[in-house]
Amino acid sequence: MKSNVTPMPIPGMPAAPDTGTLKGFLRFLAQELKPRGKILTPFNVVTGIIILGGIAIIAVRFARGLGAVTNLSQAYPWGIWIGFDVVTGVAFAGGAYILTFAVHILKVKKYEPIVRATVLNGFLAYVFYSGALLLDLGRPWNVVNPIIGNAFGYGSVLFLVAWHFLLYTLVLFVEISPAIADWLKWVKAKRIIQKVTTATIIVGVTLSTLHQAGLGGLFLTAPSKIHPLWYSSNIPVLFFISSMFAGFSMIIIESMFTHRIFSDRLDEAHRASHNKILLGLAKGSASVMAAYLFLKVIDLTHGHQLGLLRTPMGYWYLVEVAGFTLLPLVLYVVAIREQSVRLVQGTAILTAIGVILNRLNISVIAFKWYEAVRYYPSWMEIWVTLAVISMELWVFRWVITRMPILGAPPDFTAEEGTLNNLDNAEVVRWKVSSSWKVSAS
Amino acid sequence: MTISRRNFLKVAGAAGGVLLAGGAKSARTAQTPQTSSEAVEFNGMLIDTTKCIGCRACEEACNEANKLPKPKVSFSSESVFEGKRETTPDAYVVVNRFPNGKNPDKPVFVRRQCMHCVEPSCASACLCKAMEKMPEGPTVYHKDRCMGCRYCMISCPFDIPKFEFDSASPFVRKCIGCYDRVAKGEQPACAEACPEGATLFGKRRDLIEEARKRMYGNPDRYRQRIYGEHEVGGTGYMYLSAVPFRTIGFRIDLGTKHYPELTSGFLSAVPLVDILWPAVLFGFNYLISDREEERGKESGDEE
Repeated sequence: MKSNVTPMPIPGMPAAPDTGTLKGFLRFLAQELKPRGKILTPFNVVTGIIILGGIAIIAVRFARGLGAVTNLSQAYPWGIWIGFDVVTGVAFAGGAYILTFAVHILKVKKYEPIVRATVLNGFLAYVFYSGALLLDLGRPWNVVNPIIGNAFGYGSVLFLVAWHFLLYTLVLFVEISPAIADWLKWVKAKRIIQKVTTATIIVGVTLSTLHQAGLGGLFLTAPSKIHPLWYSSNIPVLFFISSMFAGFSMIIIESMFTHRIFSDRLDEAHRASHNKILLGLAKGSASVMAAYLFLKVIDLTHGHQLGLLRTPMGYWYLVEVAGFTLLPLVLYVVAIREQSVRLVQGTAILTAIGVILNRLNISVIAFKWYEAVRYYPSWMEIWVTLAVISMELWVFRWVITRMPILGAPPDFTAEEGTLNNLDNAEVVRWKVSSSWKVSAS
Repeated sequence: MTISRRNFLKVAGAAGGVLLAGGAKSARTAQTPQTSSEAVEFNGMLIDTTKCIGCRACEEACNEANKLPKPKVSFSSESVFEGKRETTPDAYVVVNRFPNGKNPDKPVFVRRQCMHCVEPSCASACLCKAMEKMPEGPTVYHKDRCMGCRYCMISCPFDIPKFEFDSASPFVRKCIGCYDRVAKGEQPACAEACPEGATLFGKRRDLIEEARKRMYGNPDRYRQRIYGEHEVGGTGYMYLSAVPFRTIGFRIDLGTKHYPELTSGFLSAVPLVDILWPAVLFGFNYLISDREEERGKESGDEE
């Protein structure tokens, strides 16, 4: 792309790498890709070993088939790569849609400081978990068939899930791209993105609703295989609702770590408002959990399954529903009354365990509970899962330490003011030019 | 804020776009059975377990017809009856032996293979149409389309599709009802090979007539039930038995609902959500933007 507009000198701007030209952009990228800080930290060593080992296992998996590294069998075609990586991981990515909805549609400004971190988390979760899905597919090179192939299985819930998965990942990219534009100082690109923000978020919330529900909908086709305490025609609704408190609890947990580890990236306003934000998230989580438990009770009584509670699977069901959903709900209410941020944080962990239990129960544990030989993951399946999480954490850290995610975004209004004072002709030329070269230099 | 024409068009356009996209998808969500084609009639198989002697000729014929690898234990060996066998990627049909509650001297032999459901769950579950129901009756597998997600295995109420877990380029494998032979007007290899006439191939409705004739004509010999007539909305391959089906390895808790119906309710809600959610959310957004603006004005006046 060529532009006939010379970069305009903008007074008062510090000298920054010229990301407007391809050469400058590449140099900037190379400079940013370099690791910063100490390399041989305990965290880096441990996750580094996990990632290297994971890559080796993945190589074996592609050379010799799924059977070589997983405990999957004809009776249990799906294991933790689906049940944990995809089904559970996507639930935890739910924070992105619920928070963008609150901030951009309901205009609850209070949560604005945490939107970017949450959206980043959601985006990376989708990218890495869809990556993990490719590991589990027997013939991943055919993954494009339902997208661009000639074989559209319209009648399949998985078709719906695949499309919404793909589109929502793109939406999340658009939602996180203002941070990328800030990082590259592409003022014009940022302004274009901001114009479509509302529409993007509305599309994102819609896609998420169906995508989260659709993941539950997948299991509707297995009424004779999932334990009756977990099987319900309401699974899609239950998955959708629980993705909200999964998202809330994940935001709380994530902020516990980011605030400790990246405290230098936080600005004062963010720090001051943080306790209020956490208590607000706890309130949101508690009300959604109450609705969820209400639906659970309806399912239980309408299905006449109360007797099943007195079986081993019934006790396990109570561990999940009473121990890790009802109890956290009560604790959240206590935490809100006592204004205790610490209790909110502890409860968020309990809630997250509850969501993990629920997703694993439906996809793995209560699935074919009657089989004599049960599935349990192999150490290699667990290792690869840890490797995927480690890789995501590395990328998360890289982005956090380079882009304005936690702190306030840089203020470009000074430049915009300059632009407004320019000759009309200059402004017109600025607007007409479609080249990305014409960003701030 | 007054609703300007531009804003109205924006919302209308967005809603319309979603409507179009959603509508096109929903029109096809309820998979209609492809059996309505008048030229061909739906085929099936009637398996009379009272006639089966466990000779495994069907297994051998299937192995040859589908060019499957030879098994370690020969087809004439009875040792395989010691345990219960499932079909495998290399054995599309297996015969199992069950004790006979009515007559302990005469064990019951039951063959197990794809049931070729009238409305198969696997075909509706497949997101790239690798599993497909043919008008002639068989549910076939297009290996070139499959991505190996194994959702068909999750969805099949009879646990029939099997996956090549030990291959780097794996396929899903199951009985395809000898589709090539059936399309040419021949019968499947297993039916042709059966020496006892325990496996009868034909039009599904003729088979149901035949089954009724046998049951009514010989009420002491048969249970008054055709397994597969109504199970999961009907299957192409059906069974007769002398003893309760529960005792010879059949699940009797599968219900009579077509399996695709289990998800059709959810799928039909998809276009509704796709249309209504954005409309409602845009509405919210405008509503709240207006309120925010007014608040801004009010506080401005006070100052």
